[in-house]
Amino acid sequence: MNGPLGVIRFIAGRLAAALLTVWATTFIVFSSLFLVPGDPLAVLLRGRRPTPELVERLREEYGLDDPFLVRYADWLSGLLRGDLGYSIQFQTDVGNLLAARLPITAWLVGYAAIIILVVGLAVGSWSALTRSPNVDRGILIATSALSAVPAFVAALVLLLVFSGVLGWFPAFGAGDDSFLSRLEHLTLPAVALSLTYLGLIARVTRSSLKQELTSDHVVVARSRGLGAAYVFRHHVLRNALNPILSYAGILVAGLLVTSQLVEFAFGVPGMGSLLVESVRSIDFAVVQIVTIVIVLAFVVTNTIVDLLAPLINPRLRGKGAR
Amino acid sequence: MIPADTRLLRVPRRVGDRSTRRVGFVLACGVVALAVVMAIGAPLLAPFDPLAVNLRLINAAPGTDGHLLGTDASGRDILSRLMHGAQTSLLGPLIAVLVASGLGIALGALAAWQGGWTDQVISRVIEFLFSFPGLLAAVFTVALFGPGFLAPAIGIAIAYAPAIARLTRTVILQERDKLYVKAELALGFRGIRVLTRSVMPNALPIVLSLSVLSFGYALIDLAALSYLGLGVQAPQPDWGVMLNESTSSMLQGAWWVMAAPAIVIILVVVSVNIIGEALLARRQEVLR
Repeated sequence: MNGPLGVIRFIAGRLAAALLTVWATTFIVFSSLFLVPGDPLAVLLRGRRPTPELVERLREEYGLDDPFLVRYADWLSGLLRGDLGYSIQFQTDVGNLLAARLPITAWLVGYAAIIILVVGLAVGSWSALTRSPNVDRGILIATSALSAVPAFVAALVLLLVFSGVLGWFPAFGAGDDSFLSRLEHLTLPAVALSLTYLGLIARVTRSSLKQELTSDHVVVARSRGLGAAYVFRHHVLRNALNPILSYAGILVAGLLVTSQLVEFAFGVPGMGSLLVESVRSIDFAVVQIVTIVIVLAFVVTNTIVDLLAPLINPRLRGKGAR
Repeated sequence: MIPADTRLLRVPRRVGDRSTRRVGFVLACGVVALAVVMAIGAPLLAPFDPLAVNLRLINAAPGTDGHLLGTDASGRDILSRLMHGAQTSLLGPLIAVLVASGLGIALGALAAWQGGWTDQVISRVIEFLFSFPGLLAAVFTVALFGPGFLAPAIGIAIAYAPAIARLTRTVILQERDKLYVKAELALGFRGIRVLTRSVMPNALPIVLSLSVLSFGYALIDLAALSYLGLGVQAPQPDWGVMLNESTSSMLQGAWWVMAAPAIVIILVVVSVNIIGEALLARRQEVLR
């Protein structure tokens, strides 16, 4: 199983699994419209005046006059060619909407991810390395308490304290395109978004480091007289990184989904608030695409992590064709 | 693959020694019991009509004119709204967890007991469903069926079922190899009877502890949906709806309008978590 053939087989296997998941997602997302009892046109039109033009547009868009598989094939090939469908609420192509909204959400999620990684790794390492059981326990209680606060409650509390009472940060919107304006507007949302996952990453870091610190090879390295800092960098960190890295996919997916709540609370015009608006106004084309984008982000991150894992931990290399 | 919903993963976090955990457990049971009493007894216990608007007394501070927790932006009594809100806020997650457990246990048991390609198919489906975070599945269901009380709960149930199914499968696979199962099968008992009468009673406690934990997560997700305006609809006094409506009061400095439902949600969720963790910890050795 080793050798170049094994590597190719490993990579191909992972890519195939990822493609299959994404394909299945597009199928479910598309076919669910026709699983709802009743006329799919009624679902698409709910709450709207059915003008003849609109009905015609929807019939065309979803190929309602064609057999199901033809409809799906048309829609999927449209997606692949970059035709993401038409939003009846915003009266524009979904691609345009996404181009305007996705960068803001990417900014927000990236900002939150940096906070989570920096603070989470630092706090987790501190907790694992400290000799004081009280510090360790204190951190554990604090991170557990933080994880218990739902993101939308955190958003409201931050809004109240730092925007309402102290007036340090703006309460609304994403600012203009300049970096500083973004930073100012998205700091509170990013903090609100990061709190839940901060505790998780800190706890994973702690347990992963603790496990490594007490392992045989570390004890041997220390007994050979190597310095604590050297052993930590060369013998502990690298092995402890893998479990932490495996959370990257869920981190990305979780942040993208939770950003709905935070964007809604702070009035940030990103992909999350787009999803909420589209569900409210029953703009199904937009809901479909945003759902696919979120699952896609999850699958892509997971695949990258899977492909990277053997590079970080050579012991995983032999298990190519699992 | 790791589920997209982080909270369905178990990361060890045991805080405190045995006696403080015991106190925590008792307190947690008390909080949950209180919430249930509030929900059931709301029509009798609530001091005011939860929908009665009083425009002369908006955003009143706690304690004004017999409003123990104050009033909101429409002058409605917050305590009464919290009590009535407990009904939808607790019933939603209960439905979600019951459906998710039913689905998950059935699928997991089927996969583990049948094995072969049935197991293969079910395991693939479980893995696939893991790429949908709970909140996304719920939002998608709302897009299909329209906002309301039931649609989000069903969406959450579908998103939570895979974790329960996977745990059920693991536990039953372990049980299946034990001697008492082999003995009963050798004695000629029918498989279905061995599964339901002998294996299930041993497997269920640990699975149900996960269901208890899921209740807390479902409560947060459903409150989040109501907060977004996609779940229970205003003016119904759901906890999520109350948070949504608190924004305007907050801008006028009436922080208590937001604090009351926020604290109640956190208290109930933390209590459910403590109970679930305790139940799970008691069965932990089964998993290893």
